[in-house]
Amino acid sequence: MSQLIFERSVPFRRAVRFDACDVPEVVLDEKYVRQSKARLPEVSEVDIVRHYMELSRYSFGVDNGFYPLGSCTMKYNPKLNEFTASLDGFTTIHPDQSLSSVTGTLELMDNLSISLSEITGMDAFTLQPAAGAHGEFTGLLLIRAYHNAHNDNKRTKVIVPDSSHGTNPASASMAGYTVVSVPSNEMGGVDVEALKAVLNDEVAALMLTNPNTLGLFDPNICEISKLVHDIGGLLYYDGANLNAIMGTARPGDMGFDVVHLNLHKTFSTPHGGGGPGSGPVGVKSCLVPYLPQGTLIKETYGYRYIDERDTLSIGRMRSYYGNFLVNVRAYTYILSLGSDGLKTASQNAVLNANYMMNALKDTFPVAYPQTCMHEFVVSLADLKKETGINAKDICKALLDYQMHPPTMYFPLIVHEALMIEPTETESKESMDNFIQVLKDLKQLAYDNPQKILNAPYTTPVKRVDDVQAARNPILKFQHK
Amino acid sequence: MADYLSNTPNQQEVMLKELGFNTLEELYSNLPQDLILQRPLNLELGQSEFKVLDTLKELASKNKVYKTILRGAGVEHHYIPSVVKQLSNREEFVSAYTPYQSELSQGILQSIFEYQSSMCEITGMDVCNASVYDGATAAAEAIQMVIEKNKRKILVPKNIHPQVVHVMKTYTQWLNIEIVDVECKEGVVDIDDLKSKLSDQSAALFIQHPNYFGCLEDVQDLAQIAHSFGAKLVQYTNPMTLGYLKSPRANGVDIAIGEAQPLGIPMSYGGPFLGFMSASADLVRRLPGRIAGQTVDENGKRAFALTLQAREQHIRREKASSSICSNQALMALTASMYLASVGPSGLKEVAEYSMRKAHYFANELVKLGFKLKYNSPFFHEFVTVGPVENSVIERSLDEINVLSGLGLSSHETLWCCTETTKKEDIDRVISRLKEVLS
Repeated sequence: MSQLIFERSVPFRRAVRFDACDVPEVVLDEKYVRQSKARLPEVSEVDIVRHYMELSRYSFGVDNGFYPLGSCTMKYNPKLNEFTASLDGFTTIHPDQSLSSVTGTLELMDNLSISLSEITGMDAFTLQPAAGAHGEFTGLLLIRAYHNAHNDNKRTKVIVPDSSHGTNPASASMAGYTVVSVPSNEMGGVDVEALKAVLNDEVAALMLTNPNTLGLFDPNICEISKLVHDIGGLLYYDGANLNAIMGTARPGDMGFDVVHLNLHKTFSTPHGGGGPGSGPVGVKSCLVPYLPQGTLIKETYGYRYIDERDTLSIGRMRSYYGNFLVNVRAYTYILSLGSDGLKTASQNAVLNANYMMNALKDTFPVAYPQTCMHEFVVSLADLKKETGINAKDICKALLDYQMHPPTMYFPLIVHEALMIEPTETESKESMDNFIQVLKDLKQLAYDNPQKILNAPYTTPVKRVDDVQAARNPILKFQHK
Repeated sequence: MADYLSNTPNQQEVMLKELGFNTLEELYSNLPQDLILQRPLNLELGQSEFKVLDTLKELASKNKVYKTILRGAGVEHHYIPSVVKQLSNREEFVSAYTPYQSELSQGILQSIFEYQSSMCEITGMDVCNASVYDGATAAAEAIQMVIEKNKRKILVPKNIHPQVVHVMKTYTQWLNIEIVDVECKEGVVDIDDLKSKLSDQSAALFIQHPNYFGCLEDVQDLAQIAHSFGAKLVQYTNPMTLGYLKSPRANGVDIAIGEAQPLGIPMSYGGPFLGFMSASADLVRRLPGRIAGQTVDENGKRAFALTLQAREQHIRREKASSSICSNQALMALTASMYLASVGPSGLKEVAEYSMRKAHYFANELVKLGFKLKYNSPFFHEFVTVGPVENSVIERSLDEINVLSGLGLSSHETLWCCTETTKKEDIDRVISRLKEVLS
């Protein structure tokens, strides 16, 4: 691998220089002052450029190749969105500027909220949450505030299906709830009988992804929603999988009371190697009074932000108003696609997933073989039994083909799972290529498993030792 | 109009046929049919790139971009070197997901490791995570790190950024954690009040240094006091200032966190920003979020991976202390590039120049009849009590394209200078204020 930037350091070398300071010196009491400089890298500008160029070559984004990482919706990130988010009028404004000096921003945020409300069938949105999990936590606090305001304080439980994202139960815990897990039925949906058994007046909410993490739309959603509402609970929608249904079905119409969206999935904003995302939360009107401080609302006299005076508010979830530049990108995307384009995008995401599932179903068993939505899950349990090659091995072998492997070992309820989500922006050719590679790798698993066990071959490092990383943590550069 | 699809209508048809469908709508035939939306979404139709760009430019132009910015309060206007802007936009970084597949993501993993290393260098701490959403959520997450079964009180002085305190309260409202206010004297922590409120139930003292009003705390003293009660000291800090100020670790701090926006990230109307979290080694397993670690590959060659994942939500589910998954990775990369581009001398200069400009400006304001509210040493921000109302100052500076300090009350203003504040701009502001006052 590359040198660390610290290893490129040469004393007194530097890149950026500043003009000499044009005001007098100030002497602070010594007790405040650093006695020696921080040992940051001392490098020239060309050193920095070459260093990061090298690191970029050892990174892999959607712009490098196919990225069928299930649950992550790695669709193409349009360049126009990057450009609009870099406009000076968006980047060089202070969040504490007067509202009258940022009217363009307010208009954009309002239009984005209205668009997201229409797409999801909700009544209002807060753009404040910074990511999906942050949106979940926000949503659960909203639910808690709602029950609390109705003096309904014995609701201490939140139900999540066993196929849910790990963030769901973790967010529920952060809101002080006890988590109850319900099993999936043989069709991959919520087991309605099992759900009935845990529903009572202690349940605050059910959290659901629909389509779920198996890529399946739960046909019982209306019944589930009625059951939860009948016992006084609310319904939370994890929007991680909204990319399947835009323009065709809406969580609000299914009975969901709160939804969070992942703009970095469905609305094409880039994932940045882990973030920033944006996780707006939409609510039905009954939850509007509890929205977080820093949420933009429109009054008859104009815009204002919810603040401390709104005593029912759950409080502030982060500083200011959200990951604004991410929201600019998402708004750009919504304007570009419009009502027609969003619907077509979702339809094609579903078409691509079904095309791949159909083409692969004879290679690897599909966990739940009915028509899927935007993603599907195959199991490599048989392959493992017969050849010793597991899902991870196949993923490592895929690395040599300039494509990112699917999500592996998730959802937890499918053994040796590979979760495949092509997204709508991929061509038939790139999917065909991926399908062929998977077929070839399966054959290779029988013919020459050792070759797969030794993969990858073309990456800058061979298989990385995760166990040693955890057992003997080295978490920063060790200066000599 | 745009849809960014690759497949032509003809290809879509071929694929549909292969699946036994005639139309795209049929893909949804196993959904409950009464859930199918029978009308188009009530949005405009898609538009060309040309038109969309026009709309967005129009919106951007309605915002006022000030030539001189004297407002900080947690968000600062610093110079961002071109090399940082250019390189942080590399598509390999921008369009990548979280580096789950280590072998394919060594570049991103190494960049996180380098970011952690640089942040540890300036804070003096042992470990740093890969980022959280922003400074305020870093503060809220830090509380989770220090809470014990029988220690559930966090002492918070009244000179912390108000939004940071709000977020801490939001995060902890259902977790049986008590936020205890501590009074201030001359803008800094009132030691007597602090001592009267500390007890063996105190999990931590949470300070901001330099604090919200710009004043400098005696951190070493506060560390000793907190530790004598068995409480941890958490310092919320602006990492830019650490180019000049003593590192948290050197003062005895246990957890150093804060908002790293000043490290090469534009103000962006409040986000995306960069919450950083660093701590002493004994707290590593209580750090939330992702952490990159150094290890080896099968051949013994140095390699990097996300590590200590047993702390995180995808493993621990409801037992995890935080649900964070997506973080602010690209902003961490940006901050790391910024620190490399300015280097140790440059970071010191940015901090020192910001401080010197603020002191020059404060002196000039005092000459005009403004009073400094607090008689404590300050760094690059300070509070004045003005002879006229804030609204008057704000309006008159707006006319000369200057964003004035932040009004804290009718006559109190919180000012901020950075290395970008030119002496001639300060002089221009002073002469304008002179006109207003005369």
